[in-house]
Amino acid sequence: MILLELFLSFLQVGLFSFGGGYAALPLIQNQVVTLHPWLSLSEFTDLVTISQMTPGPIAINSATFVGQKIAGIWGAIFATIGCILPSCIIVSLLAYFYLKYRKLSMLQGILETLRPAVIAMIATAGVSILVSAFFGENTVHTLSSMRIDMMIIFAIGMILLQYKKMDPIYVMILCGMMKLIEYLIL
Amino acid sequence: MKNNKLIQLFVSTLYLSAFTFGGGYVIVTLMKKKFVDTLHWIDQDEMLDLVAIAQSSPGAIAVNGAIVVGYKIAGIPGLLVSILGTIIPPFIIISAISVFYEIFQSNIYVKLILDGMQAGVGAVICSVVYDMSKDLIKTKSWMNNAIMMIAFVVTCFFNVNVIYVILICIAIGVVRTFYHKGSDHG
Repeated sequence: MILLELFLSFLQVGLFSFGGGYAALPLIQNQVVTLHPWLSLSEFTDLVTISQMTPGPIAINSATFVGQKIAGIWGAIFATIGCILPSCIIVSLLAYFYLKYRKLSMLQGILETLRPAVIAMIATAGVSILVSAFFGENTVHTLSSMRIDMMIIFAIGMILLQYKKMDPIYVMILCGMMKLIEYLIL
Repeated sequence: MKNNKLIQLFVSTLYLSAFTFGGGYVIVTLMKKKFVDTLHWIDQDEMLDLVAIAQSSPGAIAVNGAIVVGYKIAGIPGLLVSILGTIIPPFIIISAISVFYEIFQSNIYVKLILDGMQAGVGAVICSVVYDMSKDLIKTKSWMNNAIMMIAFVVTCFFNVNVIYVILICIAIGVVRTFYHKGSDHG
């Protein structure tokens, strides 16, 4: 039963991928390329490219893409449900316990210590995105390979967010448009 | 009233998910702007705790983030609504793209807009990190500031797995709680 197989494969992806994003890649590859003949390696690479260019988590994108290819819309639905089911159970249990017991001093102490670390992790994600925005595909990061236009777009984005309190979605779309207009004019 | 909240939650998660390029932390920062700063449904400390739960559970951070936020705001119905809002956009987009992949991949305009959006995403993350770290520094806890700095350095420059950072913070939190209890009685 192909739908069940898709469901169980992506259930494992959902259950064992810690850390989000690209941490899930090797697990997905193992399930859809190595263990099952669902995608060729080059199709898998295409899938990663598509995921980079579109919104949505890579695991969900893969589940939809592979499910669709193997068994149509129902395949996509079963694979996606498999992928999010472990999260639903584990995360909602943790959220339940958090909301119920957060007044306990022990949990307070732990959470107070975790909060600054969470800010740091978000900052780290921001740094990696900015490095790739400012240097493009260059792997060597020198001053001369910096893309000045991207830094200007970034600066305009910061001003709109901090001083104009603009909706972040508009800021992102506007930044995309600026890059396009720059190309069309220059 | 309750239904209105669910509808607003659904529309918000749908909207955030449809425009969130570049991984889990981006959607988490957008959720913070929406649910903490704009709608005031969650306070900032609580949001950081919820992000810590989303981060330390298996599965995609975007989905986990939607689960904790949805559950916090409206219980199980909220959880279901925000999961649906989060997975519908990638589901539809990937299904469509798997059909038009060739055209999409080779389009220069699409590539430019996505490129510019990266700078915008970087700006959104910087803005959120700035606001949150400003509040943390104001508390004048040298311990919390040190944790933020150290966590940033080890995750950003030494690629330490975030799971270890979370585990160490939990351990520090436990020790801190006992220490505080001890000093209360002595």
